[in-house]
Amino acid sequence: MTSLWPQIERILPKVSKPARYIGCEDGALPPGPIENRVSWLLIYPDAYEIGLPNQGLQILYEIINERDDARAERAYSPWTDMEREMRRRGLPLFSLESHHAAGDFDLLAFNLSAELVYTNLLNCVDLAGVPVRSEARRPDHPLVVAGGHCTFNPEPLADFVDLFVIGDGEEVVTEITEAVRQWKAGGRTAGSRQRILHDLATVPGVYVPSCYDVTYDGPNLVSVVPRYPDVPERVEKRTVADLAAWPYPRRQLVPMTEVVHDRLNVEIFRGCTRGCRFCQAGMITRPVRERPVDQVLEMVSTGLRRTGYDEVSLTSLSSADFSGIDHTVRSIVEDPQCSGNGSYPVSVSLPSLRVDAFTVGVAAEIQKARRTGLTFAPEAGTWRMRQVINKLITEEDLYGAVESAFSQGWRRVKLYFLTGLPTETDEDTVGIAALARNCVAVGRSHCRSASVTASVGGFVPKPQTPFQWYGQDTIASLQHKIGLLREATHRDKGVQLRWHDPKASLAEGIASRGDRRVGAAIEEVWRRGGTFQEWSEHFSLDLWTEAMASCGLSIEWYVHRERDRDEVLPWSHVSAGLHEDFLWQEWQDALSAAGTPDCRWTPCYDCGACTGYGLEHVVASAVAPAGGSQGTGQDLSRGSEVPVFLRPRIPAGARA
Amino acid sequence: MTDRDSARVRVRIRFTKLGKVQWTSHRDVARMWERAFRRVGLPLSYSEGFSPRPRVSFGLALPTGHESLAEYLDVELSDLTGVDIPGLPARLSAALPSGVDATAVEILPPGTPSLQEDVIACTWRWVAAPGEGSEPIGPEALEARVSSILAAPSVVVIRNRKGALQAEDVRPGILKLQLSGPAGSDPSQGMWLEADLACRPRSLRPSEVLAALGADLEERSVRRTHQWILREGARREPLVVAGPDVATDAPHALERAS
Repeated sequence: MTSLWPQIERILPKVSKPARYIGCEDGALPPGPIENRVSWLLIYPDAYEIGLPNQGLQILYEIINERDDARAERAYSPWTDMEREMRRRGLPLFSLESHHAAGDFDLLAFNLSAELVYTNLLNCVDLAGVPVRSEARRPDHPLVVAGGHCTFNPEPLADFVDLFVIGDGEEVVTEITEAVRQWKAGGRTAGSRQRILHDLATVPGVYVPSCYDVTYDGPNLVSVVPRYPDVPERVEKRTVADLAAWPYPRRQLVPMTEVVHDRLNVEIFRGCTRGCRFCQAGMITRPVRERPVDQVLEMVSTGLRRTGYDEVSLTSLSSADFSGIDHTVRSIVEDPQCSGNGSYPVSVSLPSLRVDAFTVGVAAEIQKARRTGLTFAPEAGTWRMRQVINKLITEEDLYGAVESAFSQGWRRVKLYFLTGLPTETDEDTVGIAALARNCVAVGRSHCRSASVTASVGGFVPKPQTPFQWYGQDTIASLQHKIGLLREATHRDKGVQLRWHDPKASLAEGIASRGDRRVGAAIEEVWRRGGTFQEWSEHFSLDLWTEAMASCGLSIEWYVHRERDRDEVLPWSHVSAGLHEDFLWQEWQDALSAAGTPDCRWTPCYDCGACTGYGLEHVVASAVAPAGGSQGTGQDLSRGSEVPVFLRPRIPAGARA
Repeated sequence: MTDRDSARVRVRIRFTKLGKVQWTSHRDVARMWERAFRRVGLPLSYSEGFSPRPRVSFGLALPTGHESLAEYLDVELSDLTGVDIPGLPARLSAALPSGVDATAVEILPPGTPSLQEDVIACTWRWVAAPGEGSEPIGPEALEARVSSILAAPSVVVIRNRKGALQAEDVRPGILKLQLSGPAGSDPSQGMWLEADLACRPRSLRPSEVLAALGADLEERSVRRTHQWILREGARREPLVVAGPDVATDAPHALERAS
């Protein structure tokens, strides 16, 4: 198998940021052959600078490459100028390590972190010289695989992806490798593609759409049922029980050129039980599994020395909730191994800061070296609205956090909000402006130039969350809400308002809760040139509305319609471990503005994530971390007592 | 001046940029060096303020997609104690990406001018190949074009400067220009060019010289081989690589199999 490098190099002078196509990152495999082993091409279907830091891809890259009988290389979506040059010359998608043609690999495995990259997946498959529809592929074509959060509703891509991996990939990647190795040994003969896919459909956590029949009654989905008795009716997600067993990436890739999150990233826990009802990540990654503090410190210390970075991010869905976060960050800052024996300062960053003064204190402590901005996510403007979405932070929590920030030298604070939430009234919307204004007032007592940026996104309901039944807000309604906020803030010099394009939220909504029929519209958007839809300069809502119309699909029905409890949802045959009656109860509680506290420190409400898998929350400390209510609004007066009891499950249909 | 300030020392480093890494930008190279300095634990001197940066100054930017045997940077160390200067090139090279190798290191005497102030010209080697869709051009025809440029009192090219077209005479910046053999057995592979191009009042690029030679040509395998400073009336390199001067004798020396 020859390298395409000489032809690729010839076009690099003609394209922007050519370093995106050279590979050569520290931590990457040197060029090598892919024959006689199971070869994976791991693809992040967005630009290199977005995809390179993806930790999920890097973890699988290392796990596969630890095997003697397998090899993983990487690819990212070539930018539009590069794609044009490649197509002009008939050059296929290529890997970055050896610059092998993508079509020569056994598996093209995509990471799906966002719905708007779906058209890029199709484009990459096509650029690889592989038919975009699964049914047209022959035994010598690679298997097209997808994993990542979006696969919790695999249906919109069911006609294009041969197999989906649901949940954590660490273990299942090995099981797939074994199966493909046997397929290759058997010679990939005619008909063998169906056989290997059928075999893979029996691997726990693997969903093979071609092994399921879908029936409809008019617009309604009736059922998605397996064609074979040994294929599961419901695909349960995979969950690694113990993060300590997976200290990856051991050799994080250090890019040669600018990328997002260009620093050492160490995952400190997976899962989150805050229970924010809009948050798909928090729902599908349960339960909480913490990495032992010693392992975190070891990964940080060796990682910083190896890479030469002077910044580490402790990643998770809510890093301040890590048991002993205070001790952990202090140990890093004080460890001479992390700072070249004290010759330079090391910064620690915590993404998704919790909204409270304690967290800001930690942030001030650890960002002495380099002060990044502080971002908080109250998500909604009124307490009522925050109870609906179960983001139980009080105004006092927020003002305390902001007070703490401005008094410790920050001059600007960023606040994230969602609009278009269930039951949201104009009063709730303008509450966002009031909160921001009050935060500026708090700041002005410390710093005359204090300012607050309020960033507002249109809410897109996601599968496998309590809001999966909710009818998404229309563009007109979102624009009305943004208008209210602009009016409410335009005289406030201290408040800068930013908002996400409601049109992009609509397109995301189409892909997010679509069924298998939406695939045709996604294909149509791609055929009309709609790639890089995450990028405002390439996004076009017209492409999506025209594609939906040309496929005879109703945007109103797919996006804006509220679903009934009885409805068969397109993702009903995929399970994140959450009981359906838990999700429904949460939806009902949302509508009556009733909050549900975090089950790490309060009784279990049996969402299903632990019990269904025989797992438990793995936390280093049973005591909630310091800092008052921790933004949960819950009563922690019971101290270290962590009572656990199961709430009786309400039988389906008993509550309507 | 505090004791800490007085301990500060500037060190000049010469390095290569060869192979795939040529496609990284000047800023990318700066980041590579910052990480390499930290990996080898060099005691860097940092700027003050909220976002302290190491005090590193790079010389002339090398255009993305060009190789070099002669890149330079000056870095300020807070303290020389315990720093093994002769051993530094090897340690730094091990911490740098493949293709970027430190080839010489020297402590700068106080008052040494910066690279930006000091470098007057660069020597370049590159291939002039027929552009896409253009006919191959024979050695005699190319030779004639080179001679006519050298004989001309002025050579005006149109430059696109931040969107505005500007006429500029590049002739004064061409200090030397000559053909140095075919780039391959087939004329479509083009001819090697060698040129000394001035850095004053601004740095002339090989691509501008090539544009003056004809719109039907395309540059390939561009490599900076030397940078020159002036000392006592004679030109010399800011730092000389120990050992035989591979740069001029063998254009493909140090080439990496990438």
